[in-house]
Amino acid sequence: MTIGRRALIGIPYLWLLLLFLVPFGIIFKISLSDITLAIPPYTPTLDLSEGWPGIRDFLRQLDFENYVFLTEDALYWKAYLSSLRIALVSTLLALCVGYPIAYGMARAAPEWRPTLMMLVILPFWTSFLIRVYAWIGILSTEGYLNQFLQWIGLIAEPLQIMNTPTAVYVGIVYTYLPFMILPIYATLERMDDSLLEAAEDLGCSRLSAFWIITFPLSRSGIIAGCFLVFIPAIGEFVIPSLLGGSGTLMIGKVLWEEFFSNRDWPVASAVAIILLLILVIPIILFQKTLEKNQEADA
Amino acid sequence: MTSAVAAARPAEFAPWNDPAQTPLIRFENVTKRFGDFTAVDDVDLAIYRKEFFALLGPSGCGKTTLMRMLAGFETATEGRITIGDEDMAGIPPNRREVNMMFQSYALFPHLSVWDNIAFGLKRSDMAKDKIPDRVQEMLRLTRLEKFARRKPHQISGGQRQRVALARALAKAPKLLLLDEPLGALDAKLRQQTQFELMDIQEKTETTFVIVTHDQEEAMTVASRVAVMDNGKVIQVDTPARIYETPNSVYVADFIGDVNLIEGNATLKPDGLVRLAWAEGAPEIIATAGEGLTDGARASFVIRPEKVAISAERPEGRNNVVQGRIHDIAYLGNISTYHVELPGGQIMKAQTVNNRRQSRRGFTWDDEVWLSWTDTAGLVLAG
Repeated sequence: MTIGRRALIGIPYLWLLLLFLVPFGIIFKISLSDITLAIPPYTPTLDLSEGWPGIRDFLRQLDFENYVFLTEDALYWKAYLSSLRIALVSTLLALCVGYPIAYGMARAAPEWRPTLMMLVILPFWTSFLIRVYAWIGILSTEGYLNQFLQWIGLIAEPLQIMNTPTAVYVGIVYTYLPFMILPIYATLERMDDSLLEAAEDLGCSRLSAFWIITFPLSRSGIIAGCFLVFIPAIGEFVIPSLLGGSGTLMIGKVLWEEFFSNRDWPVASAVAIILLLILVIPIILFQKTLEKNQEADA
Repeated sequence: MTSAVAAARPAEFAPWNDPAQTPLIRFENVTKRFGDFTAVDDVDLAIYRKEFFALLGPSGCGKTTLMRMLAGFETATEGRITIGDEDMAGIPPNRREVNMMFQSYALFPHLSVWDNIAFGLKRSDMAKDKIPDRVQEMLRLTRLEKFARRKPHQISGGQRQRVALARALAKAPKLLLLDEPLGALDAKLRQQTQFELMDIQEKTETTFVIVTHDQEEAMTVASRVAVMDNGKVIQVDTPARIYETPNSVYVADFIGDVNLIEGNATLKPDGLVRLAWAEGAPEIIATAGEGLTDGARASFVIRPEKVAISAERPEGRNNVVQGRIHDIAYLGNISTYHVELPGGQIMKAQTVNNRRQSRRGFTWDDEVWLSWTDTAGLVLAG
């Protein structure tokens, strides 16, 4: 009985150990290594055949050189900052676009809600890569957007949207919008309509009732949505490289280039570890608010 | 000083009988339709200041719609609603001197009890420094002083109900609407709260309109009751008159327990009626109800507690029938005997068990006599 139960509880821990902690340990070890022309392209490698002296020798060769290097080259902290800024702005944009959509869905007639929910989830049925690629067709100089704007006579010359931060914002907001909409919708949908009637009855206008009642009560959904957009957006690699061109500096792209173009695995690993540390802070905050909400609900 | 006040018995509160009084609320030919469905059908109603007025009826009878029209959440399809002689058409809920206590209480979960009560005051033209005093007054009135800092999810159902009441009363509205206010409370707490409500209504001298499907609740708290069915108001009267002189079989049947016997009515010159109800059975003599016509199909209605049960044939009564006890419902304080009459009809008779462990007078299958006076029951058309 207790053995069976322990095994059951053990499965997720085993999962985390194998698929998170072990790879993390490997990456961390590589980040402490030095680059070399070999396969694998770093040194030292652990050779257990030499016994204890071998292990001691191996540990002596590990150092934080690569982390020091990251602080010396302005490229890296600029990339981190730029990623933070792009993720932050994208999250705000996604909130501004997503909130009204979630609100509209929650206010729609109940028989329409499953359909609207379906429409939000539907893009996931197509590959993420294809959807981002499709945006090139829309945003490029000869793309549908420019053609349309020229056709209605709003602009004479095509706009340069591709390969600018704007295109990256469009891509990120588009891709992560459902993660913003769904948690907000969930909080709005279970809100009691009589709360708004009560606010109106006590002298609020409809607009102020929204700001005083609806908005604060959907706070847990807003926080969840923001984290769900912010966390993947900061490490985003595909969208900036496909839509952002060379002009957009993001840490995900830097990481990719270190790893594949420079074949500098140790520096790439150090970049990844720092990124993880940056993300751990919002993730812990996210967990904290989740716990607090659960306590409040209980 | 106080004894003088106590000695002077106040005149009976009955503004509806006083032609000099003008009603606070007037419904004039009000109809409300939702698509094809008529929720409220041509209602005329007058409610006076300081009344505790109950709208009573089964679910779907239109009572809640009628109340929501007073609050401003629904507008009448036809007709006119006035509050204090002001036509309410087009006036939104936030500009009416009407507050509502919601069935779900609708307390704001993110605000403390104090802030919930202050909510309406902060949105009124009350001076900022006056608000804490008023909130404190409301907390005292509803005995919630200790819970002012708690959030709604940290207090009990009964306390939440009182917060909802305090919040609705804080702005001292002309009219307070209560939508099934005690529905979520258990039976004991509900009874206790009914008296609290009456107390608070008296203290604040506010006009209360309560919606309920619980006839006991309506009878307990209300000065007058409007019984509704299918969007129409069937009868408006004091609880005692609703119970003792219902104007229709529907009202008699809806309020309390009743025996119904159908038959043909013959009006007698002395104001009584003879009802022929079964072949060979003696005719029932009873008081004529409103609008009864001679020779019409009619129903005799009598409350079980007005039917006497005895082993011997009672002397000196016109209405006497013999039957056999079919069922006994012992409720502790009273017993209800279901007596089968020769025609197969069941008639209920109630006795009060005013002696502890007395020998039960009757048991199953006993032959008994049922009797009642000429004025104990009513004959109503239909």
